[in-house]
Amino acid sequence: MLALGQDEIAKYPFLADAGQYLKDKGFTLEQFGTDPDLKSLVEKAFNRIEVAADGKIYHSDLIGDQASNQAALPREVFSFLLAIVLLKLSGMTTLIKRFALAEARRAEKYLEKDLANISDESKKQFAIRVIDDLFAVQIKKQDDFFVIPISDYLRHSINFHEREWKLINRHVEKGLVFLTPHETVRLIRKELGTYISSKIINAKTPPMISGFEEPVNKLISMSKKFATFTVTTGEYPPCIKHAIEILEKGENLPHSGRFMLATFLLSKGQSVEEIAPLFKNAPDYNERITLYQLNHLAGTSGSGTHYSCPSCEKLKTQNLCFAIPECDNIISPIQFGKKRF
Amino acid sequence: MQENDIKFLEDSFKKYYFEHFDLIHVPNRTSEREFGFQKFNSGMTRHISIKDDKELHLLLMKNIPSDVYCSNACYSFPDLPMSEKDWKEADLIFDIDAKDLNLECRKNHTISKCNECNEISTNAINCSKCNSIKLEKKSLPCKNCIDASKNEVSKLSKILTEDLDVQQNDIHVYFSGNEGFHVYVYNSQFQQLGSRERSELTDYIMFNGAIPETFGMKKFKPNRSLFPDFEEKGWRGRFSKEVYGSKSKRSKIISELITNGYSSFQKTLEDISGKIGAKIDPNVTMDIHRIFRLPGSLNSKSGLTKIFCNDFTKFDPYTEASFLSENSIEVTANCPVEFKLKNRKFGPYFNEKVSIPTYTAVYMICKKLATIS
Repeated sequence: MLALGQDEIAKYPFLADAGQYLKDKGFTLEQFGTDPDLKSLVEKAFNRIEVAADGKIYHSDLIGDQASNQAALPREVFSFLLAIVLLKLSGMTTLIKRFALAEARRAEKYLEKDLANISDESKKQFAIRVIDDLFAVQIKKQDDFFVIPISDYLRHSINFHEREWKLINRHVEKGLVFLTPHETVRLIRKELGTYISSKIINAKTPPMISGFEEPVNKLISMSKKFATFTVTTGEYPPCIKHAIEILEKGENLPHSGRFMLATFLLSKGQSVEEIAPLFKNAPDYNERITLYQLNHLAGTSGSGTHYSCPSCEKLKTQNLCFAIPECDNIISPIQFGKKRF
Repeated sequence: MQENDIKFLEDSFKKYYFEHFDLIHVPNRTSEREFGFQKFNSGMTRHISIKDDKELHLLLMKNIPSDVYCSNACYSFPDLPMSEKDWKEADLIFDIDAKDLNLECRKNHTISKCNECNEISTNAINCSKCNSIKLEKKSLPCKNCIDASKNEVSKLSKILTEDLDVQQNDIHVYFSGNEGFHVYVYNSQFQQLGSRERSELTDYIMFNGAIPETFGMKKFKPNRSLFPDFEEKGWRGRFSKEVYGSKSKRSKIISELITNGYSSFQKTLEDISGKIGAKIDPNVTMDIHRIFRLPGSLNSKSGLTKIFCNDFTKFDPYTEASFLSENSIEVTANCPVEFKLKNRKFGPYFNEKVSIPTYTAVYMICKKLATIS
């Protein structure tokens, strides 16, 4: 466990042991519900969640990375810990996810600043250690950049869909990827969010505390506005249309294309018997083998594994993607034509 | 395939395996690998575990397989079903195949066999006899095919050592036994990467998905100083050498690139990807559960051996990978294209009876261009 200074707990409150922190400061949760002086902290906590739910980053009382006054530091930490208590009491997972993401982005700012800190070497070392301890990513300073092994880079970058994160668009040399402090921290955003949300999810839910009912109820009704429903147009995406055309023409569709087509149609609820005739025109068509393979993909034979349709990214690599504007940043052909309301 | 053809192939393969145990070895970490094999006219048997060379040789003698495979992955339990194997790591592998290189020479030595009427011709689109479009293509790769594949292997090897920090002696190149090369990379930082990460690596190696910004070009107000220098490492350096041509032309070409604009730059990137990227089969590299042809085993598409290339630049598969007997055998050959094996020319044969060495007979029967008389 990292040794945390007052300053660091305020910047990275998720690193602290919540129960221990309260104890050290000599408080109980109940006091926050009743003590009029402490109640404002519950409001601050509620506000912290509200801002996060709106997709914004909570503005703390920290100026630069220094607290405006001594009292601000514990307030920062308390409002974070109380926000977790409120979220646990509300039980709303969508809010927990939004909160964790916003808190991750908040911490990201501080990590970035600490990494780029030239005047205080200890701040930089602390940030490097947080990244190593939490995410097993070993970064090293090299000139103006941070370098990390390609394999570590890939484990994280595959979660991004923007092309600038593709390895090909990175400065790569001798097995290392070169990143700016901003990119280094951005690379672990998702994991940071996951780390924070798993800490919240795994935290114990306390019994309802008197004085907390009102904010908790407000959170429950707030989470309702995030419910969505989707409509599908039913039209096939261009990659699937292209594959069907190739087969109709009797041309050869590579194995990967057949895999895509079959898994796509299976996921749309078609049966093996409905799909099989599509392959009739293939130069090497064999009914027995086609049925065997389709059943295998559907999970009705063999190991029982149900295979899913490849992602757009994978299809691009396999030269099977023929994206059109309507694809609109979907990450799997299955999502094509779905509209969220 | 007809029964006497299968019998002939099995006899020839068995003799090879019996006489060449020296060429066929289990890989390291043997007991963690999954093995598999196919027999002539039969499906795949896999999820087999083998403990040493002796057990492998016994399997070959007992089953006389047409093809033998071994996983590049290591598992705790290689003989259990896929979901229970407990995957540990996998060597990085690459497949470079002449058929994926869109070579001009292909049309001169690709033969179509009609699936409806068995007619053999050099007509690529439809059967010259019954007009059917269900054609099975058989290619008899030429020297140009091999040279072009070798060139791709060299490109790959350079990217691996310069950019990905792979040591030259950890790159092992094998002739695939048909028309390409298999490249293995050992002891790299990539051993434990999953399929999605490996797919990113393939895009890197193939020069797929590059954006203009990476090479200094911006949509608005492009800045000359961001364009790569001739001497730079990695893709920016390779880009410079391909696009500028020479150091002295850098300035002039940058002006042209900026004048032509952003989307033209994107087009340039796509155009040069075929030249500077290494043309590997991405599916092979992405697959971390693959069973890959075992070195030293025969390839049933040709009867040639998947063999380690000691001296890669000089390597000639059609002399060095042919190990079957010289004994003469009579076959009916229907192979309208001439080819070379062990420095001897054969064909073209137009549905005629000929007496040829066993290695040639096997080669043509494997490609369904001949049958035992």
